[in-house]
Amino acid sequence: MKIIEVENLRKDFGDFKAIKNINFSVNKGEIFGFLGPNGAGKTTTINMLTGLAKPTSGSINISGRDGIKDIKKVQGIIGIVPDESNLYDEMSGFDNLVFCASLYGIDKETRERKANELLKLFSLDDTGNRPFKAFSKGMKRKLTIAAGIIHDPEILFLDEPTTGIDVESARQIRNMIQVLNSKGTTIFLTTHYIEDAERLCDRIGFIVSGNVIKVSYIDDLLKDVQLENIVEFNFDKRTNIEKELKEKFPNIKIKTMSDKSIRIFSENQIKLMPFMNFFDGKDLNVNEAKIIRPSLEEVFVKVTGLEIDKLKKEKEGKKK
Amino acid sequence: MKKFLAFWNILKKDMKNYYLKPPNISWGIIFPISWTLMFFMRSTSDIDIRGILPGVMALSILFGTTSMLAVTITFERKSRSFERLLLAPISLNLLMLAKTTGAILFGIVNAFIPVIFASFLTDLSGVNWFLVLFGIILIALTSTFLGLFIAVSVSEVFEAQTFSNFFRFPMMFLCGLFIPIENLPAFIRPVSYVLPLTYGADILKLSINSDGSIHFLISIGVLVAYSLVLFFISTNNIKKKWIY
Repeated sequence: MKIIEVENLRKDFGDFKAIKNINFSVNKGEIFGFLGPNGAGKTTTINMLTGLAKPTSGSINISGRDGIKDIKKVQGIIGIVPDESNLYDEMSGFDNLVFCASLYGIDKETRERKANELLKLFSLDDTGNRPFKAFSKGMKRKLTIAAGIIHDPEILFLDEPTTGIDVESARQIRNMIQVLNSKGTTIFLTTHYIEDAERLCDRIGFIVSGNVIKVSYIDDLLKDVQLENIVEFNFDKRTNIEKELKEKFPNIKIKTMSDKSIRIFSENQIKLMPFMNFFDGKDLNVNEAKIIRPSLEEVFVKVTGLEIDKLKKEKEGKKK
Repeated sequence: MKKFLAFWNILKKDMKNYYLKPPNISWGIIFPISWTLMFFMRSTSDIDIRGILPGVMALSILFGTTSMLAVTITFERKSRSFERLLLAPISLNLLMLAKTTGAILFGIVNAFIPVIFASFLTDLSGVNWFLVLFGIILIALTSTFLGLFIAVSVSEVFEAQTFSNFFRFPMMFLCGLFIPIENLPAFIRPVSYVLPLTYGADILKLSINSDGSIHFLISIGVLVAYSLVLFFISTNNIKKKWIY
């Protein structure tokens, strides 16, 4: 069952077409990853879905409601965690949560109980009256997520939830996303950590230059890029056998990974024994031979044409 | 009921976070005292406290409301916490009313501080307190929505202050607060009648000293119209600029 349906959605800023008639849907109860390079239109799309931007044309349906005309009703059933922690600096964690709950009309007793529960759940219950501005980055992020879910939304929009925070907080947030999802919350996630997307998401949508160019289940995306079989060999000493190897096995492609390791690419299944015998003949001991499975990172690079390192640097730079 | 709960909590949060902070409370007290003292020192004869009271009250409201609202909204907008309010399931009109009610109340309280001082120094009998209150509320409304208009028009806190002064300082001298409009050069007088504070100050003059020069129904009408237009322009600007 579809909980978000986007049809021919377009957004122009003057002559600039930020979003170009995109179509996609999100299934109820899934974790949907929305990936794309900087400036691709992710935030503009999220802003249109959540009511912070008006589409130039197209339609949005969220949980059976018109996401443009009935946006105020829609906002009552969605939670939003923006890419920047935007709670009130002077207020404590508890006061921030209680205030956010009040915006959804939750009564005093319930919102105070829920605020305490969430502070405990996110290990923030020892922050007392400390103002939000005195929180660490990780704590701020966790509290912002807590504020986004205090009204038990059907759909949670998470924009870069683990960017720029410590490993432990990021791990807690990932766990929390999975727990929320297991309780039935649909998650719409943008992240530039491809590993996070691969680990968490059921389906991924790729947006490049305002176009959604691919939407698919993770397994299907991986199958698409697995056109070749890859095996990596690690040796016990330095070697330079690429030329000889190519002469012996003309149907393979070879890539030197380091002084002591190479990768072999083949469209056919790679049988290890002929290679092992070849290396043995060259007096090379193989420490490790491993099959390299394609990752979502490779899918991303293939689909967007953007190097992942560049994407990370851009995003990290933006956060700083 | 749910909408009222959100309205009340936004108002309560603003009162606690901004208006009831010691620097702002002291601003509300120091400002009217400074104005009263300034006129006292300037005067060669005994100061007519009752005569300057409408002007000091009007200025206290104008400065109190515009300073606070323009800065708080610009600040929240810059820190992106205002987005949180825009994403809440309450209408933009109700949200902006909640954000401005704190400033309106702050302006009303500010207006009564000079009244309290004046009550120790002069006889305030014969004042039409009902009309005074009505005038104060209308000035507070107009000034607050002027502050809102300024807040929505700028993006930096310092711009808000500069832009506020662009409106406030001409009003100090052109609205008949201390210099009667009839004493102003003829070519400036039309400007006075364009400024809303002229009408607010005239209601206060009429209710405190019975010397207003504009029929109070006209003044009320102009101030209500100004408030509605400023609120309408501001919310429309928010829709255009912040919900782009």
